[in-house]
Amino acid sequence: MSVLRGLRDWLDDRFGWEQLIYPLRKKSVPRHRLSYWYFLGGITLFLFVIQVVTGILLLLYYRPGANEAFESVQYIMTQVQFGWLIRSIHSWSANLMIFTAFAHMFSVLFLKAYRKPRELTWVSGVLLLFLVLGFGFSGYLLPWNTLAFFATKVGTEITGQVPLIGKALMIFLRGGEDVTGATLTRFFGFHVAVLPGLATMLILLHLLLVQRFGISVPPKLEAEWSAKPPEQREMKFFPNFMLRELMAWYVALGVLGALAALFPWNLGVKADPFVPAPAGIKPEWYFLFMFQTLKLIPSKLWVMDGEVVGVLGFGLVALTWLMLPFFESSHPARLKPWITGLAVFALTYIAGMTVYGHFAQ
Amino acid sequence: MPTSGEDPGQAKAVNSLQRRKFTQLLLGSGFLATAVAFLYPLLRYLVPPKALDLGGDSVVAAKTGELKPNSGKIFRFGNRPGLLLRTPSGEYRAMSATCTHLSCTVQYRDDLQRVWCACHNGQYDLNGKNISGPPPRPLELFEVQVRGGEIFVRRSREA
Repeated sequence: MSVLRGLRDWLDDRFGWEQLIYPLRKKSVPRHRLSYWYFLGGITLFLFVIQVVTGILLLLYYRPGANEAFESVQYIMTQVQFGWLIRSIHSWSANLMIFTAFAHMFSVLFLKAYRKPRELTWVSGVLLLFLVLGFGFSGYLLPWNTLAFFATKVGTEITGQVPLIGKALMIFLRGGEDVTGATLTRFFGFHVAVLPGLATMLILLHLLLVQRFGISVPPKLEAEWSAKPPEQREMKFFPNFMLRELMAWYVALGVLGALAALFPWNLGVKADPFVPAPAGIKPEWYFLFMFQTLKLIPSKLWVMDGEVVGVLGFGLVALTWLMLPFFESSHPARLKPWITGLAVFALTYIAGMTVYGHFAQ
Repeated sequence: MPTSGEDPGQAKAVNSLQRRKFTQLLLGSGFLATAVAFLYPLLRYLVPPKALDLGGDSVVAAKTGELKPNSGKIFRFGNRPGLLLRTPSGEYRAMSATCTHLSCTVQYRDDLQRVWCACHNGQYDLNGKNISGPPPRPLELFEVQVRGGEIFVRRSREA
């Protein structure tokens, strides 16, 4: 301990260490019956760190390119010691991270934590969710298997439906008119360089905003609290909340390890642009609700192609979602009930369409 | 503030203000030009070069006898897949195999006697006409010629 103390004194002498970490020492977390929802953001962050670490490990053996990608992943899974485990952890952690990110978002929505002054925290969080979906979409192609090939074809074709800029955007994403090795090279670049850079910056901003505003208390509880005499309603972030959060991470790690070891991720069949799309083809579960929606839209709606309507609809929904806090009243007594209604509807729609998409022919 | 039209101090100040404006304009347009000079090549770099459409206008899709009636196969037509099918009555038809909905590769379903896309359950008849599901347009039809034991497919003239 004296070595640690010596190091701290040394840092304190030079950088004013104590002063630097003072805000963290002072940081506290509201203590109430819904406190456990506060763990979700941290768990998502933890899974992101696992993604970075396992992603770097995969980079040691992965080779992008239509003639090499599938074989290199096969090599990782069959020749490299514990390669199957590293890849399985990367895939499972990605899926869990998307799940916890969605759960975190809905918890923020239902606990009304997006209200003034935290609008930008919400905006940065929703942008991070879009980035996470981008990670999922770009990473899915990298093993260059049949499912990924057609998922990418459909996904990039959907961007092509955006009026005016769609075609250019699609060619930019694909690196040409069609999904080829050029697409794989681009997606690899997005997945390991562009998206991690953007995500790291946004995560720092997100955490900075959380630190700046502190943790939100749901308005109902706030009202209850002001009616009752004061008691201790906060816990210190260090060490009380941090230790609890670490236990949550430990559980998450346990779940992740068990899933990755017991259900190793499949590699599938190598992509071939000259075979038909296999029957029963479906995207990953987190895109399933959009996939199912597109499937249900008729080919022509009034004068527009059904798919264009679908794409414009998704774009509009995404934009509304991003801007949601700005529709909310800043007065705790005049909260807009329709926002909670919308959240309930969105959750039901996403869950319902995902289940429907899973079982539909 | 006392005013005097002949105040040399004020004239100097006005002069220096004009000079400052001029310098700002010069510097500003310089920065703008630099930004354009950097951005233009960058944006052009992001747009991939046009790929050559290999294979030309005509391709051998299959040999006669390769396809039984009521079956189909995918063949390479340049960079894109094409679908050659033999109708239950034995005629050959060829069309683009790229679904007009979201560009998955279609296949011939002998049980439905239709062209079917697995991605979103789109269906076309044997002439490539979209008849069910989300596809908005028919598949592009190609011309088929049987010559010397080989089935040639080529792009229709009017297309």
